[in-house]
Amino acid sequence: MSTTTLAKALNDGLRAAMERDPKVLIMGEDVGRLGGVFRITDGLQKDFGEERVLDTPLSESGIIGAAVGLAVRGFRPVCEIQFDGFVFPGYDQIVSQLAKLRYRTQGRVPVPVVVRIPFGGGIGAVEHHSESPESLFAHVAGLKVVACSNPADAYWMIQQAIAGDDPVIFFEPKRRYWEKGEVDPDVTAAPPLHSSRVVRPGSTLTLATYGPMVKTCLDAATAAAEDGQDLEVIDLRTLSPLDLGPVADSVRRTGRLVVVSEAPSESSITSEVAARIGQECFFSLEAPVLRVTGFDTPYPPSRLEDDYLPDLDRVLDAVDRSLAW
Amino acid sequence: MEEPQAWVPTDPRSRPTHTQVVAGLKGVDEGGPELVQLLTPEGERVPDERFDRFAGDIGLDEIKSLYRDLVLVRRADREGNALQRQGELGIWVPLLGQEAAQVGSGRALRPDDMCFPSYREHGVAWTRGIDPTELLGIFRGTDHGGWDFTGRRFHPYTIVIGNQCLNAAGYAMGQRFESKVGDPETGEATICYFGDGATSQGDVHEGFVWAAAYDAPLVFFCQNNQWAISVPLSKQTRVPLYQRARGYGFPGIRVDGNDVLACLAVTRWALEECRTGNGPVLIEAFTYRMDSHTTSDDATRYRLADEVELWKLKDPIERVRVHLARRHGVEQEFFDAIDAEANELGDRIRSFCRAMPQPGPERMFSEVYAASSPQVDGQRDEYLDYHASFETSEGRR
Repeated sequence: MSTTTLAKALNDGLRAAMERDPKVLIMGEDVGRLGGVFRITDGLQKDFGEERVLDTPLSESGIIGAAVGLAVRGFRPVCEIQFDGFVFPGYDQIVSQLAKLRYRTQGRVPVPVVVRIPFGGGIGAVEHHSESPESLFAHVAGLKVVACSNPADAYWMIQQAIAGDDPVIFFEPKRRYWEKGEVDPDVTAAPPLHSSRVVRPGSTLTLATYGPMVKTCLDAATAAAEDGQDLEVIDLRTLSPLDLGPVADSVRRTGRLVVVSEAPSESSITSEVAARIGQECFFSLEAPVLRVTGFDTPYPPSRLEDDYLPDLDRVLDAVDRSLAW
Repeated sequence: MEEPQAWVPTDPRSRPTHTQVVAGLKGVDEGGPELVQLLTPEGERVPDERFDRFAGDIGLDEIKSLYRDLVLVRRADREGNALQRQGELGIWVPLLGQEAAQVGSGRALRPDDMCFPSYREHGVAWTRGIDPTELLGIFRGTDHGGWDFTGRRFHPYTIVIGNQCLNAAGYAMGQRFESKVGDPETGEATICYFGDGATSQGDVHEGFVWAAAYDAPLVFFCQNNQWAISVPLSKQTRVPLYQRARGYGFPGIRVDGNDVLACLAVTRWALEECRTGNGPVLIEAFTYRMDSHTTSDDATRYRLADEVELWKLKDPIERVRVHLARRHGVEQEFFDAIDAEANELGDRIRSFCRAMPQPGPERMFSEVYAASSPQVDGQRDEYLDYHASFETSEGRR
């Protein structure tokens, strides 16, 4: 057991994956000598060489498109997209090739590519650096989409994503990169990649969330406990496929659900969770499923992001509304 | 005599004269001295200092074999067109006129070389040992591609224009990372097919950049068939396409795309460059799409019959036939035998197509993911139950 940051846990996980399988490559802008703008790949090029940690041309469609070709050749590329808002030049290759090649060839051409994307706001950045585009990927058949929220998950989930044969869009909560946590190096400690997890048991109400909002929800639960409310917090971890079994079990006990995400609410992960839980737990619900999300606007200038992003108070406000129903 | 002026369409209702069409075609540039040609449209073998050595082993038997490929590929293509007209295929993408570019370049490949086609490369598929019947599923709607992609080293058809140029660049980077480049005998290379319209796509530009940045053993094979559906070459480029390679720092060359010998020789050269570490290379095969873009298209709406007539004089098959008959005295029996074989192939494709089974609904849900997906599995089970609920005493509807 060791204490480490989420960023270092990802770095350790990538290193372990590269040591385990010589076909694992890292490719992206500035991931080599610089170690990535967030230093997630720090030191890897020095240890594994320029043909396993590729400083690529500045070309996102190229990063994904070339990764697809490398995967066809038998490699397992791990792509870094520098910021969430920069993925869209590569979106065509992700949707048209990466997601569909297995289906097109009925399993004969697997494309085990992982696309890492630092996502979400809260760092005071300029436009295109704070977005939460996860539902744009969850909507695409053939892609798996996950979001880690803490160092232990970061360490294990990245290795599990690389080891699998499906393409995985791997979202990393950039404002939590420097949060510390315990990492258990014993593999049996790692839950399966596509499973959600209760991170705080409770009985009054269920909070379901993922990525950077897990910490926000845990803080909200701590604050609510002072008022005698015992909130259960579930980290969804996997966004496609969703693992809603633990959420449904929880809602059957608590009768109340609030879903929290930084992304806009329309046609989103939170709307999918609300729809499915509404269908599955109709007779257990004491209140409608409420959502706390970013607004259906473009991401605002950073001086306004504290208003845009769900925070402890907005989460607790929704909790109160649910309890008062 | 005064040089005829090309037609300038100032008034969209005006029509050019025949002379103006011919002048316009010359203006488009057939290549001049820069166009590699080993077999003229009249069937004359012309010497080429640079490329003859890449066709040195092509004797009478090989030319006959190339002729056979050209004729059979055209017959398979015409059968595809006919099957669409008969309602057996939803659509067909004709290659008529591009047989030499495809057969010539395809026959330059070795079994270990990798090939990334777009969606019109039925002739290249033929040279990779893929039977025309294996292509039908895409156009009949029973599959998205059914051949042995890995074993034949022929990637699935790519329909989104230009995507494959980056996929091919990645694959060729992999060949280099695996140290398969350097030896002209044992080295591997990749070839990527795309059209003149694709050259306006960002992915083709990025493919050029990536292949150059990683010295990838990749031959970019552009079939310039003059038309991107209804949009002429002049809307894609100001310069001849092969000249674009210079801007990326690798060689570009223009070959007569209707000359199977030249396409074979130039592609062999380009592959050798790649195998020995001098890749990438861009080849522009100057050819013409004699039919519409697809069976859903109507080329008479946007181009002139005169233009098509002119290109008929440069037919890729006719020049080989003339060459064989005049230069080598090949008897009519040979040509008749090939025609008979072509008709048999047509019959076989037709009967195969008509007997292709309708896939069951469970096929829709298969291989979306490598690992099982509770979402997709649940939808499959629910839909199959629903489907089964229509079974009546008279059997399944």
